[in-house]
Amino acid sequence: MPSKIIKDGVIVDDQWLLLPQDTTDIPEGPIIVPLSLWESKKDILAGREALGVWLDSDEPPEHIASALENFDLVAINFPVFVDGRGFSYGRDLREKYHYQGEVRAIGEFIRDQLFFLQRCGFNAYALSGAELESALDTFKDFSDSYQAAIDQPEPYFRRH
Amino acid sequence: MYIYNQYDQQLVDERVAQYRGQTERYLAGEISDEQFLPLRLQNGLYIQRLAPMLRVAIPYGTFNSQQMRKLAHISRHYDKGYGHFSTRQNIQLNWPQLEEVPDILAELAEVQMHAIQTSGNCIRNTTTDQFAGAAADELEDPRPYCEIVRKWSTFHPEFAFLPRKFKIAFCASKADRAAIQMHDIGIEVVHNASGETGFRILVGGGLGRTPVIGTEIIEFLPKQHLITYLEAILRVYNQLGRRDNKYKARIKILVRAMGIDAFRDKVEQQWALLKDGPSTLTEEEFERSKSYFHSPEYIDVDDSDADLKLQQQALQDPGFGNWLKRNVDAHQAPGYAIVTLSLKTTGYAPGDISDVQMEAVADMAEQFSFGEIRASHQQNLVLAHVRKEQLFALWEQAKTFGFATPNINYLTDMICCPGGDFCALANAKSLPVADAIQRKFDDIDYMYDLGEIDLNISGCMNACGHHHIGHIGILGVDKKGKEFYQISLGGSQDRDASLGKILGPSFSQAEVPDVIEKILNTYISLRIDGESFLDTYRRAGLAPYKESVYAK
Repeated sequence: MPSKIIKDGVIVDDQWLLLPQDTTDIPEGPIIVPLSLWESKKDILAGREALGVWLDSDEPPEHIASALENFDLVAINFPVFVDGRGFSYGRDLREKYHYQGEVRAIGEFIRDQLFFLQRCGFNAYALSGAELESALDTFKDFSDSYQAAIDQPEPYFRRH
Repeated sequence: MYIYNQYDQQLVDERVAQYRGQTERYLAGEISDEQFLPLRLQNGLYIQRLAPMLRVAIPYGTFNSQQMRKLAHISRHYDKGYGHFSTRQNIQLNWPQLEEVPDILAELAEVQMHAIQTSGNCIRNTTTDQFAGAAADELEDPRPYCEIVRKWSTFHPEFAFLPRKFKIAFCASKADRAAIQMHDIGIEVVHNASGETGFRILVGGGLGRTPVIGTEIIEFLPKQHLITYLEAILRVYNQLGRRDNKYKARIKILVRAMGIDAFRDKVEQQWALLKDGPSTLTEEEFERSKSYFHSPEYIDVDDSDADLKLQQQALQDPGFGNWLKRNVDAHQAPGYAIVTLSLKTTGYAPGDISDVQMEAVADMAEQFSFGEIRASHQQNLVLAHVRKEQLFALWEQAKTFGFATPNINYLTDMICCPGGDFCALANAKSLPVADAIQRKFDDIDYMYDLGEIDLNISGCMNACGHHHIGHIGILGVDKKGKEFYQISLGGSQDRDASLGKILGPSFSQAEVPDVIEKILNTYISLRIDGESFLDTYRRAGLAPYKESVYAK
């Protein structure tokens, strides 16, 4: 049964299967593979329909920079919610590597981080253990921001 | 000073609402302790030994009478009628109720104050010279740049969960009163040969468990690149800083492990992507920021007349003379002076201030200094623009309210953290040590004879009391469950910054004042022709002090 995630500001069914770190068998259907599996099975995986990859917090996007056209989705794992490396990875994916596909937060992040994640280029959130409907409200915590980021490339001082 | 526009106000109000919601969810059991911890810390709320502690931000140390009155009201209504000025130019309330913190924040927001990012592993309150905009030795007022950094760092989406806390300080004068070499990033405002403003940037300084003096990463950064360059440094740190051990997580450890050249290369690579992009600062933005920090409307005063009169008053009243010499500094405008109100009166915890005193400072600021107040990282308050002819009247009021102890930069003007009496992190108490030293050296002539001495006390390795950079540093340590004190000598926070060296085995609390006395007597016997404590130590070294202190 598909689970629910937040994507582009609405709650949707999730079709993707997230493969854990030690996976060796590759199932049918839309899958999100760990970086290690991508690196070891590139030949089999490349060109596959509906392919995603996930990066752990010590796996910066430069590992997949040259292969991004293979992925409909890049997921970034937050092993603990206070590990903030993923925020920079999101920005790097969008700004440095100009990735246009889905950038999904997975793992232990919490709803209070959604506003910042969105600003850093994430557009999908596999948020566990929270009421998704009320979590949507947190995107509206702040009406605007001082800094330039992915959602607003112009800083406040250039807009006012 | 900076005044919020509608948008600044809206953001702070939205933060109050956000935090109120988080508190309600926590109290309803919807957020775990572990999850609530960084959320409350990012809003300055610690859980201390006896009660929560709320740290309220005073951006770059400048605030006004209205804000001070609000702090008095809050401390009276929600706390026990006093507050504590910290070494980060902030004020801490020691006894708020967790449930009432959202209401306190709402009250603060009414006067353009908040507790945003006063704690947690994020970019903290930017600090600067407490004499900014007034100091005679200043190149430019650094506060317009601090304000630009304040905006950039407030709710920065990428840097709210850094490996560790991150502190930025600015200075723009000959004397470094902001200790910029001891910050994660230290920024000096400089002019190049063509007179253009830029920044000399130091990185990887810090106190704590592993004290390090910052290293220069760029000698001259043209001013428009300030934000993009800072962003590049932070992005490198956020990705590469250690997260496996909180004692090795500060940027100083990363810079040291990589070496400054390799670190700089990484920053330059990141910067290349950001440089000249939308975050590049515009002339309009500099002008806008500067427009909030114009000098007040000074009255034309004959400076030499004013000085002459002061000299006469000092002769007539030696108490005033003492105060004038120690607590008053040179101002950039003729006929004006900078006054430091001492929060280091024997019998009171360093940096502590009562609600009544807060209101008195608010009144004095309005009467004598355009309604503006500064907090210094040495835990004193400053009235930055006082007419010389009003100094005597100000002194009399300051005496009434206990602010006129004429000890600024002298032995009893010590920096001291709240220590084990309040802080859950502390290994040992620090306040009773400060009190015992102040009582022992209460003889003002002896104190003046010693000259300027920075004595700094921290209750633990986190070094909130800056013990590493005190000429004399005292550190509380735990030895098998008992409180002991380690003493170091030779630290300095000024341009010639240095880290103190440990004298030897630690002492019990009761022994500390006598040990300090032996150190001071050794200095007196060694000094040549009025040599300062620090200079004498630097010439003679640790050995003679060690000998006299540990002699059997």
